[in-house]
Amino acid sequence: MKNNSDKYSAVIEINDLYKSFGDNTVLNGFNLTLKQEEILVIMGKSGSGKSVMIKTLVGLIEPDKGSILVMGNDISVLTEEVLDDLRADIGFLFQGSALYDSMTVRENLEFPLRRHNKKISKNINIEALVIEALTDVGLAHTIDLMPSELSGGMKRRVALARALILKPKIILYDEPTSGLDPITSKEIIILMKEIQHKYNTSSLIITHDVDCARAISDRMILLIDGINYANGSYEELIQLEDPKVKAFFKH
Amino acid sequence: MFLVSLTGFIIGLVLTLQTRPTLLEFGAASWMPSMVGVSIIREIGPMITALVCAGKIGSSIGAELGSMRVTEQIDAMEVSGTNPFKYLVVTRVLAITLMLPLLVIIADFLALYGSFLVEYFKGNVSMQLYFNEVIDALKFGDTFPATIKSFFFGFTIGLVGCYKGFYSKKGTEGVGYAANSAVVLSSILLFIIDFIAVFITDIFFEL
Repeated sequence: MKNNSDKYSAVIEINDLYKSFGDNTVLNGFNLTLKQEEILVIMGKSGSGKSVMIKTLVGLIEPDKGSILVMGNDISVLTEEVLDDLRADIGFLFQGSALYDSMTVRENLEFPLRRHNKKISKNINIEALVIEALTDVGLAHTIDLMPSELSGGMKRRVALARALILKPKIILYDEPTSGLDPITSKEIIILMKEIQHKYNTSSLIITHDVDCARAISDRMILLIDGINYANGSYEELIQLEDPKVKAFFKH
Repeated sequence: MFLVSLTGFIIGLVLTLQTRPTLLEFGAASWMPSMVGVSIIREIGPMITALVCAGKIGSSIGAELGSMRVTEQIDAMEVSGTNPFKYLVVTRVLAITLMLPLLVIIADFLALYGSFLVEYFKGNVSMQLYFNEVIDALKFGDTFPATIKSFFFGFTIGLVGCYKGFYSKKGTEGVGYAANSAVVLSSILLFIIDFIAVFITDIFFEL
């Protein structure tokens, strides 16, 4: 596995990505470059292919065509073992939190540590890492609770702690504020900023929440008709006269 | 286990209660232990236990894995460097394959005990006599194929439940469908496997 650690170099490069489900083409030649320590937000309507795109980055969905380079590694040619090693450097916050129902918060956080055991040394104190990650999201007191005992916002925070536990170089957020009330959404956005500041990760955020995108992004891409339709800062995008871009921000 | 035990016990009671008058009519009441024993060990015990487990465990596995698929827990597992097939499917299939024969033994025993109670109260037959008759009537060709097919029943229930749950479609409707279709498909397959098992047993043991 290559280790592309030059500062400001691209950590993720997507070239000409295509994906269809039957007659429904969701990605139609999509391109993207995520630089080191950048916060890139991909925006698009529901069903525009954002989640499909983000899942192709970790090999959960196989694209029909196109190349995906993650830290210099073409994920389409990696063996399962090497892909797993690469996944240890990527934190993934799922849309519905995806906490394991049958495990406590502690076990949820220990799970990636025990599975990606190559990345952590044998002498590492797993308990200390779990507490540190939970403290980062302000939920150290929930360590022995079950996910069913947590509110939606708390679940999202615990899921974020789980995504952070291996100190990843890249964090992928799939709709981090969806289904949350405005106050909790703001708390999550603040938390994401704090995490970015503390860990200096590169972040790729998928959302249709304009407020979230505006608050956190260095750069935004509008995913419309399966391509990166428009690219720039929030201020640059809202100045565009293109009817599809205008229609997106109007809604 | 409670469900299997209760079902087995009641099946034994009912089978004996309903068969007894006919056997008495032909003066063959003494055949009761051997007839019930062979029926239960060969066919009724494994099949009823498997059907109960298809309803209880197959649906539970289908719903659990379906729910994990819908809520992206399986995806999260894969991202965490775990092969979800090995972690979720292999363990469950192995567990039910190994456990079902044990449940069949428990159900068989309780069914025979139920049958004995009827004989005890209606025919004044002692436990020793009843179970001696049962054991005398049973041959290797009755117990061995029944045990082997119980493993296949367990494997089928686990595999179908896992398959339906693992590949369930999105949404809560998909979870319900996964649970339901796991029971329906595994029940159908159980009857087909049973037919094949009896067919093969007949070739080797001349039933």
